[in-house]
Amino acid sequence: MRPMNELAVKVSELTKSYGQFVAVDRISFEVRRGEIFGLLGPNGAGKTTTLECLEGLRRPDGGSIRVADTDPTRNVKGLRNAIGVQLQTSGLPASMTVGEAMHFFCAYHGVKPRYDLLDRLGLKEKNGTQYHALSTGLQRRLALALALAHEPPIVIMDEPTAGLDVPSRVQLHEIMAELRAKGTTILLATHDMAEAEKMADRVAIMVRGRIVEAGSPRELTATGSTLTKITISTADGMFLSGERSLPGLQRWAVQEEYFVCFSIDVGATLKTMLASIEKSGDRIIDLRVERPTLEERFLEITTEKSA
Amino acid sequence: MSAFGSHFAFEFRTGLRDRSLLLMNYLFPLVFYAVVSLLMTQLNPSFQPNVIPAMVVFVTLTSLVLGLPNPLVSAREAGIFRSFRVNGVPALSALLIPALTTAVHAVIVSMIVTLTAPVLFQAPAPVNWGGFAVFLVLTVFSMAGLGVLIGVISANTRITILWSQLIFLPSLMIGGLMIPRSTLTGAMAQISGLWPSAHSMAVYDGLARGSGFNAQVALSLFVLLAGGILAFALASYLFSWDSVNTTRRGSAWLALLVVVPFVAGMALS
Repeated sequence: MRPMNELAVKVSELTKSYGQFVAVDRISFEVRRGEIFGLLGPNGAGKTTTLECLEGLRRPDGGSIRVADTDPTRNVKGLRNAIGVQLQTSGLPASMTVGEAMHFFCAYHGVKPRYDLLDRLGLKEKNGTQYHALSTGLQRRLALALALAHEPPIVIMDEPTAGLDVPSRVQLHEIMAELRAKGTTILLATHDMAEAEKMADRVAIMVRGRIVEAGSPRELTATGSTLTKITISTADGMFLSGERSLPGLQRWAVQEEYFVCFSIDVGATLKTMLASIEKSGDRIIDLRVERPTLEERFLEITTEKSA
Repeated sequence: MSAFGSHFAFEFRTGLRDRSLLLMNYLFPLVFYAVVSLLMTQLNPSFQPNVIPAMVVFVTLTSLVLGLPNPLVSAREAGIFRSFRVNGVPALSALLIPALTTAVHAVIVSMIVTLTAPVLFQAPAPVNWGGFAVFLVLTVFSMAGLGVLIGVISANTRITILWSQLIFLPSLMIGGLMIPRSTLTGAMAQISGLWPSAHSMAVYDGLARGSGFNAQVALSLFVLLAGGILAFALASYLFSWDSVNTTRRGSAWLALLVVVPFVAGMALS
């Protein structure tokens, strides 16, 4: 069995331009085997171009790429069996049925059709349905089934949850977790910060073709402004008006019956709040303490770097 | 089933399943054959000997020159080729298998025409069936090459129609299908050599009708073969998987090189 710290993907100084526009500007990152690695960034940040270079769809202008010990620009055949790809924009022939698609692509990968995957992804009843008659969500599920059919060691997903309903999204996350447990490496480009925070072991945030932050979601959120959000509602509406001199308090707002504040020292702020409530004889109705989310940190970073 | 077999079977079924392809492969050429053969043989009995070659060439024009390019353009524009590429479908398969299956449809309809025309319209059947096979294969090969090339270089389906009509309409009018080339004026007869249909008709005359093998037949055989080979070679060279942010290996204008054998055919006719 191969060690989990083995590199599945290594990108060094990757550069790709379209005419004068530099889509990807000397980025480097590594992905270990069995890891879920998320590429995050606003539209036009270069995520899809990066993935397309890894998939062998684009030829880089500079730098080097190794995917499963393969150079995507030289060994295309080797690459095809090493990776499974769910593209952001792709299609199948309109009249191709779900079953035909599975048979067709498995034939090219030299494996038996994986009809069990269609079953797993809720496509069993659609086996004879033509591609054009599938909803967007079902088309995405079929693309995923085709990407996984030859059991590739590396799966690349570009916006995998776009167009999926909530149950499908949950199911996709379960499949991703199973794949990770089996040692499959997943590269994920997504706009869905909750998904990245939940699923990714590490993420890289891209802005204007460059990686501006990288690390685990926890590391990234910890290196931000470190403000903790406290939301509280009390029976007598304490804090909605009057005394708000709480230690560590940076900013606050009143939202209907809630007092929402951001503290740099959550322990001290909460201790003082609770003491004040007890002293005044008030009663807590609702209290929430939230760490900064990856989404908040993402917005902070992208706003700062885009400025 | 092998990848080739699976791909071929799918594309063949698509030629019957897709309404627009069914129209171009079967309905339009067969209805045209029935109506035009009926009218032309009544109005102009001298058309009778030309029913089979003219209608077979018409069939290949509709399915391979008018019908084949659009699905190739749509596949590129709709990201189908991208899906093919990431799943290991070779470029040659993406290009050639649709051409091959469309060619099979064209051959089926051509055989329907060839076998029914003597009964329905008293058209003389080919004298030499081996020669007929050469005529059919070369005509299909040449038209398929042109159809694939148009599909590869056209930016969208509107452009496809323009290029296809540049071959289709002159073939119909001066390419020997409706009016025999021998009845055209000198300059017009020479110009008609620019279109593959004129050479297909010459090959039919020489090999299938038994008019005799001569220099014109040899020239037409060469033009069809060279035109087909050059068209397929250019299509393979200029093929691109994608239409977004993609540069071809060469300018699409290189495709115009395909006219070289036909210009030579016109000049030497």
